[in-house]
Amino acid sequence: MRKKVIFKGIALPWLLLLPQLVITGVFFFWPAGQAIYGSFLREDAFGLSREFVGLENFRDVLADPNYLAAGWNTVVFSSSVAIGALGVALFLAVQADKAIRGADAYKTMLIWPYAVAPAVAAVLWLFMFHPQIGLFGKALNGIGIRWDYKVNGDQAMLLVIMAAAWKQVSYNFIFFLAGLQSIPRAVLEAAAIDGARPVRRFWTIIFPLLAPTSFFLLVVNIVYAFFDTFGTIHALTQGGPGQATSTLIYKVYVDGVQNLNFGASAAQSVILMAIVVALTAVQFRFVERKVHY
Amino acid sequence: MATLTLSAVRKQFGSTQVLHGIDLDVADGEMIVVVGASGCGKSTLLRIVAGLETPSSGIVRIDGRDVTALEPADRDIAMVFQNYALYPHMSVFENMAYGLKIRGQAMPEIKRRVAEAAEMLEIGPLLDRKPRQLSGGQRQRVAMGRAVVREPKLFLFDEPLSNLDAKLRVQMRAEIRRLQKRLGVTSLFVTHDQVEAMTLGDRLVVMHAGRAAQVASPMEVWGRPADTYVAGFIGSPAMNFLQATLAGGGTAATLKAGPTIAFADGARPGADGTPLTIGIRPEHVTVSPDGLPLTVDLVEPLGSETVIHGRLPGNEVLVARLPIAASDIGAVLPLTLPASAFHVFDAAGVRMGG
Repeated sequence: MRKKVIFKGIALPWLLLLPQLVITGVFFFWPAGQAIYGSFLREDAFGLSREFVGLENFRDVLADPNYLAAGWNTVVFSSSVAIGALGVALFLAVQADKAIRGADAYKTMLIWPYAVAPAVAAVLWLFMFHPQIGLFGKALNGIGIRWDYKVNGDQAMLLVIMAAAWKQVSYNFIFFLAGLQSIPRAVLEAAAIDGARPVRRFWTIIFPLLAPTSFFLLVVNIVYAFFDTFGTIHALTQGGPGQATSTLIYKVYVDGVQNLNFGASAAQSVILMAIVVALTAVQFRFVERKVHY
Repeated sequence: MATLTLSAVRKQFGSTQVLHGIDLDVADGEMIVVVGASGCGKSTLLRIVAGLETPSSGIVRIDGRDVTALEPADRDIAMVFQNYALYPHMSVFENMAYGLKIRGQAMPEIKRRVAEAAEMLEIGPLLDRKPRQLSGGQRQRVAMGRAVVREPKLFLFDEPLSNLDAKLRVQMRAEIRRLQKRLGVTSLFVTHDQVEAMTLGDRLVVMHAGRAAQVASPMEVWGRPADTYVAGFIGSPAMNFLQATLAGGGTAATLKAGPTIAFADGARPGADGTPLTIGIRPEHVTVSPDGLPLTVDLVEPLGSETVIHGRLPGNEVLVARLPIAASDIGAVLPLTLPASAFHVFDAAGVRMGG
């Protein structure tokens, strides 16, 4: 039951909304507007003048093989991060749900990685997998696997995927654990009495009941992999070797900040914005409809 | 259809002893109601039979086969839970078919059995619905249906009626009884409700603090309670307990309230002066001109009868259920306690003779 409050004047409601509106305006609408505006302009090489070029920036960006390669990288990277982070988190949550002794310590430790800043997390993985000084990097080379993510693009991709997924496991873990704990014990017991073994119970009862949680997390993870992994990639590989780990968000930075190609960078930002809007819309549509049983 | 035998079943959680050795023999097709206050171990007992808990010691046999170490899945039982425990993401049909599918039944057979059970429980039109679209009573029927289609050896009921409103509870109670009789499936029914216990069970197991205080037919439990706990638990309003001492060489009791009353059914062992507890049910107390004076302090009119609470001489509390109109608070009512209705318990609360 929600009570409707009716304000008499117009001043108070606006005043109450103001802080949020200012924050949204300054940090979202203004830069977004700038990006959209910038995406229609082209700057000369010295940054002295700008001219209106219509949709030409978009046409150039979408025809650029580097951009398409970055797009493909993003697909590989995002789906791997999402699937990896979701799979590991679900496995850990199921184990944590079963654990009785030391359950709290186990849960607390699993949540810690979420508190680590992306760049710090990246450095952590860098120290583990550096081919010369990293614990695992050295060990891999020691047993004859030529591990050097600075030379091998696939290995670089694998490393950024692992680092980015590791960061997200905690978040997924919390949601999965909450989802598991909201499944009534009696339902699982009823399934056990109906003759279902643990594996069957997982796939026919637990997994379907977690589906709304999983779907929500899938979208959140994809958005995370798309947009929040800049720090991880920047600290680990700077998009290299070559363009091997350059995702769409990383290319926005490279083109805009390093190459000073504002028009192209702005056009890429607008494309990314469209993607996140679409993802959010999908999420709301499905989550609203499917979350309640 | 099967027998169920429990032999010295004990259960400990850490240092807490929940069940102190339960022995029980359930005949084929019998409906046993396990009744007791919360915390008496009745649910634990049921869960041990289901295989959801393992006993600390003791043996559970279904149809003569030792199932103590078996998983619930291997016991061929069905259980109806207090909160129904339907699978929320499955339709009513899928809920009922789940156990059959797991057992590898063919689809036509599954359909036939679900349809049959649905017809019996009058839930045919609901088969396509999800549990969230059903009322409490309908969910209860689906839960029953899920148990029935399995055609198990044993039905287990874990307080299945306690979430229903009073009217529906009475209706479902009768339906469960009818269904159980018709199918003839051996059943164990756990409840804290003595009316449910009395009306449903072929026999009752009255549990008290992890022990089976009495195992007997409902009328025997009511008529010859084994101890003061059972006597006070079964019957409403609860039985009165009056302090007394043995007199007349074991043939009578001297009540704290005054009179010495001779037993109607023979002598009890023990020396005169041995402390006793005399139990008498409120409905057996009668009004007579030369009775004991009861000072009325609360009157509960039930329509056809009146429940009167008051105090006897010696300040003992007595409740009487009388076919008279309400009397005033503070009035003095002369009551007779018929010796034929006495239940005699020793100082430890255990029934003595008769």
